Amino acid sequence: MIQRVAIWLSYLGALLLLPLFFDSVLAISIFNQMAIAIVFALSYNMLLGQGGMLSFGHAVYFGLGGFLAVHALVMIEFETVYFSVVLIPLVGGLIGLLAAVFIGSFSTHKAGTVFAMISLGIGELIAASSLIFVGFFGGEAGVSGDRTYGPPFFGIEFLRDVEVYYLAAFWVFLATLFMYLFTQTPAGRMANAVRDNPERAEFIGYSARRVRYISFCAAGFFAGVAGGLFALNYEFITEENLNAATSGRVLLMAYIGGLGYFIGPIIGAVILTLMNSLLSNFTDLWMLYLGILFVLTVLFLPRGFAGFIMMHQVAWIRGKLTTLAIPYLLTGIPAGVFAAAVIAMVEMSHSESDAFNFLGLSLDPGGALSWLLMLVLASASLFATRSSLPQLRAAWEGANSLPGDETE
Amino acid sequence: MLEVFIFATLNGLVTGLLLFMLASGLTLIFSMMGVLNFAHASFYMLGAYVAYSISVHLGFWTGLILAPLLVGMLGALVERYALRRVHQAGHVAELVFTFGLAFLIEEAVQFFWGPDTKNYQSPDLLDFPLFTLFGQEFSAYRGFMIAISVAIFVGLYYVLTRSRVGLIIQAAITHPHTVANLGHNVPLIFMGVFGVGTALAGLAGVIAGPVLTTFPGMALVLGSIVFVIVVIGGLGSLEGAFIASLMIGLLQSYAIASDLGVPDLLSWLGLEFARDHPLNDLWTLTLPQIAPILPFLLLVLVLIFRPTGLMGNREQ
Repeated sequence: MIQRVAIWLSYLGALLLLPLFFDSVLAISIFNQMAIAIVFALSYNMLLGQGGMLSFGHAVYFGLGGFLAVHALVMIEFETVYFSVVLIPLVGGLIGLLAAVFIGSFSTHKAGTVFAMISLGIGELIAASSLIFVGFFGGEAGVSGDRTYGPPFFGIEFLRDVEVYYLAAFWVFLATLFMYLFTQTPAGRMANAVRDNPERAEFIGYSARRVRYISFCAAGFFAGVAGGLFALNYEFITEENLNAATSGRVLLMAYIGGLGYFIGPIIGAVILTLMNSLLSNFTDLWMLYLGILFVLTVLFLPRGFAGFIMMHQVAWIRGKLTTLAIPYLLTGIPAGVFAAAVIAMVEMSHSESDAFNFLGLSLDPGGALSWLLMLVLASASLFATRSSLPQLRAAWEGANSLPGDETE
Repeated sequence: MLEVFIFATLNGLVTGLLLFMLASGLTLIFSMMGVLNFAHASFYMLGAYVAYSISVHLGFWTGLILAPLLVGMLGALVERYALRRVHQAGHVAELVFTFGLAFLIEEAVQFFWGPDTKNYQSPDLLDFPLFTLFGQEFSAYRGFMIAISVAIFVGLYYVLTRSRVGLIIQAAITHPHTVANLGHNVPLIFMGVFGVGTALAGLAGVIAGPVLTTFPGMALVLGSIVFVIVVIGGLGSLEGAFIASLMIGLLQSYAIASDLGVPDLLSWLGLEFARDHPLNDLWTLTLPQIAPILPFLLLVLVLIFRPTGLMGNREQ
């Protein structure tokens, strides 16, 4: 219990202290993006990780919540309604909930492929409609508002990004806490049961459909909260935020981070936001790398980064984690060199200038020498990685086996 | 009015048959492996791009033959080295993997060919009007597209139902273990079917590229519609996929060609709304406007009221 409270307190502390250490404009804007992504990815994990419902249209709830939130900002500006903008994420959440209550009433009959297909159909339907109903969705240009109107919140008018960050941090903490508490409720527990074996859940008297419906509505609500945060942060929203690309991105985040672990989507949201905002400064090809990273994750780390960390639990408990350090280095260093060499070749083939710096090396995309060097480096490191795998496997088995097992 | 109808029918037929080429491979793969291949339309796009690159050097006809083979080979490799590995982790992992693959292929296409539209030309040999009706020309290339698609359908149907290979495939779908016990290499059959399915998608890309333009978003445009077809037709049913393809193709084509809309309905009912009404967008909606969303509307309705699709089997 104390351990758990300590984790939550350190999470809160991290949220509060981050802008003190990284206070540049770029850093704050990245933190804001992260905050939005964390809530969105966590809400997606409620569906797929905890409820076993693969959705290809989760952006619908994010987008609808965001659109209504921007419209609420406009209403505040024109004094149609009178409340503080700090409540905007709640507006988004309620709209997301409303949409989920309606759509979930017919889409949660079945999990699996049928659910996935309905979510895809609804997603495409709403995304296409958003271009038709220009009055509400603003067409390609989207709609925009202004968060600085309305009654000030204890003197804060949200003119600066930092103020928005703290508001977002407050909502993120609250949303994370409630989503965690949801997993501890009977409804959350039953969602896991229905995910693993709907038939058994029905036999002990639960309606699988009802359980799915509850998770679905909760996920819609929190996606709407994320949409409201988006509206508050950017002050505008376009149809891009509810189309298939956004739905795909949240799937990527949750999957790369690790489904089924509560912390997984948070890790995924942080990694993807960092890639999105930092990597895109260095290369145009970051989406390609993201695609490769995603496919590799699905192939080799089916439980994501969080799953990878949790794999070491046994070794940690037995105090053998240190025996893995050297084998990891022996495999990791050549693997890293291989990745770097491949990336260098990819960048060289795409570069139009004569020379560019890559990790301190000056490479010439036109020259045969650079290519030869990278080819040799790549094949040598690939060979080294492959030949180091048996020792890694042996070390892994050694760290995870009981002392008595070795006689086998 | 008649000429609009005839041309809408012909165009719908071209689109519908093209969609069927994609849907046939997808539904075949689904009935074998039980996984919907999200990347199917990406192989279609690869077909168009590979054929474009070949056609620049060796002409259209070489591309028509080589590109589907290359794409099919790539598909078989994907099945052998990736999909089979993910298969152990369950259906969701497979679906997510093919989704990631679709994402990756789109990025890879942009990497190799660039983000701009390619000037992929139909062959000069077919650059003449097949016939002229009411002063409108119907190009020979579209006729060629229809011919190829029909030939594929007939060929596929014949192979699957009449030939020995087809019988083994059909048996492997329903009773993989029995077929394996009889001495057939079931994983190899799976790989072959996946390869042929992706090759068909590639072929569709080769012949659609010149008409529907070859650009990195072409997989996205068709991808979800093909999904819709396979689901509406009934997962795993080739006949259902055929009917649904034609249905969607004709539906969209008629919707685009017609000029009817809500205003006509309102005037027929004798109602009128002011232009500044908040729901003005709804009152001025026309059929061509909603043509792109019709397939998805149909999909949602079918899934709600008949989740097995038109010709699907009852769920286990």
